[in-house]
Amino acid sequence: MSPEMRAPDGEAAEVLGPPEIGRALTRIAHEILERNKGAEGLVVLGIPTRGLPLARRLAANLAAVEPGVDADKITGSLDVTMYRDDLAHHPTRTIGATLVPPDGVDGKVVVLVDDVLYSGRTIRAALDAISDLGRPRAVQLAVLVDRGHRELPIRADYVGKNLPTASTERVRVLLAETDGRDGVLIEGPTGEGR
Amino acid sequence: MRHLLSAKDLSHDEAVLILDTAAQMAATQAREIKKLPTLRGRTVVNLFFEDSTRTRISFETAAKRLSADVLNFSAKGSSVSKGESLKDTAQTLQAMGADAVVVRHQSSGAPHRLAYAGWIDCPVVNAGDGTHQHPTQSLLDAFTIRRHLAGGTGDLAGLHVAIVGDVLHSRVARSNVDLLTTLGARVTLVAPPTLLPVGVEAWPAAISYHLDEALADGPDAVMMLRVQRERMSSAGGGFFPSGQEYSRLYGLDQRRLDTLADHAIVMHPGPMNRGLEISADAADSPRSVVVEQVANGVAVRMAVLYLLLAGAQAPAVADDEMKVLA
Repeated sequence: MSPEMRAPDGEAAEVLGPPEIGRALTRIAHEILERNKGAEGLVVLGIPTRGLPLARRLAANLAAVEPGVDADKITGSLDVTMYRDDLAHHPTRTIGATLVPPDGVDGKVVVLVDDVLYSGRTIRAALDAISDLGRPRAVQLAVLVDRGHRELPIRADYVGKNLPTASTERVRVLLAETDGRDGVLIEGPTGEGR
Repeated sequence: MRHLLSAKDLSHDEAVLILDTAAQMAATQAREIKKLPTLRGRTVVNLFFEDSTRTRISFETAAKRLSADVLNFSAKGSSVSKGESLKDTAQTLQAMGADAVVVRHQSSGAPHRLAYAGWIDCPVVNAGDGTHQHPTQSLLDAFTIRRHLAGGTGDLAGLHVAIVGDVLHSRVARSNVDLLTTLGARVTLVAPPTLLPVGVEAWPAAISYHLDEALADGPDAVMMLRVQRERMSSAGGGFFPSGQEYSRLYGLDQRRLDTLADHAIVMHPGPMNRGLEISADAADSPRSVVVEQVANGVAVRMAVLYLLLAGAQAPAVADDEMKVLA
């Protein structure tokens, strides 16, 4: 949550700005409706931190296009912290909230939403977390940025932007809700990261 | 936070973090599938040198809900009854690969000794030592108070809690005075002078010898303590003339219950002596949160085990570095 110490200018390159992010989310909303033939039985679950505001925007876009959709009733958050496979390798993580729409996920089509798809490990954890909540009819994945370097056989169904990166680079997603403005930045090798 | 030995060691922010984590844990316990994979492969040892029902079962449930393996060790029926020392017992557990030790002991300070003597190399959680501390009990009490009276978030600033009864023998009272005041609540201890320890005036709490006066002050929560007869000699052991007199002066009955504010809750760490410090009317009234305290105990202990065990055993790293790794 704390503001980044490093200034975003200099070595950081902005690859998506606010209009591009907005257009990507509009397109993804249409793709979701097209693939699922409407919004019947859809549940949109955001993975905290930045997947959550993205899920809210996506649900708002769905509601704007499809009549009879109440964005608040289909949006939820899915915290995957307790399902991660790397807990023992990092300092203790704070657990986020998991809030599922009142109807649950049984028999629904769950659209998972995250900001960046990278190793795929977060999504693996999310799939485990979902199976403890119920049995959805299908699970689909929407991400704003796919930067490659998968370590597991996982792919996204809806991608805002495919971003070829080196694993030494760092992709940073900024959202108005959490960071004060929208933007996707690529930063050069910094020595940290994975 | 490497060990949890005393409620006094917790800073305001650490205590709030534990309560926030416990709230997320409690949410998972309302699900059909309550088990989480978080501590898979870790081993938690319950080392109980003193009798306990709910604390041991609560820790065992908490560890199992997080998928940890649990070894239960009680002094009865073990080599301790053959005279094995705490050190040798601890080293045996270390050799068996314990990742955390939950210890209850009749001697005050035993968990501290275990944590810092260099015998074992894993987190130690105090589950009650002598008349010293019982930090997870105070955390679950704070969690219960927060949920009922503070909207379930933040701290307990501005709330008033009366702790009534056998303060002298009570580690629950000591832990609660420390934790509740850390969280911003005001605490009043109510007990006969014989059941208050020497030096109690130095505690960050007000003291009253009269329950009716204390209740007239309008506490938001009333915590009744068990009269610990096993720590007294027969029939009160000179601490009070008779059970009937204690009950009349310091027992929570229907009449006293009726004087409480509408929002006030009644708590008891259990096991209850019905008819002594609390009447059946009070124990079973809608204000009583005794059963909920037990349920909250599991969530709080899950939070403590998560925070002590899940992360890397390394010094804390700044927040923004964690995001890089996320």
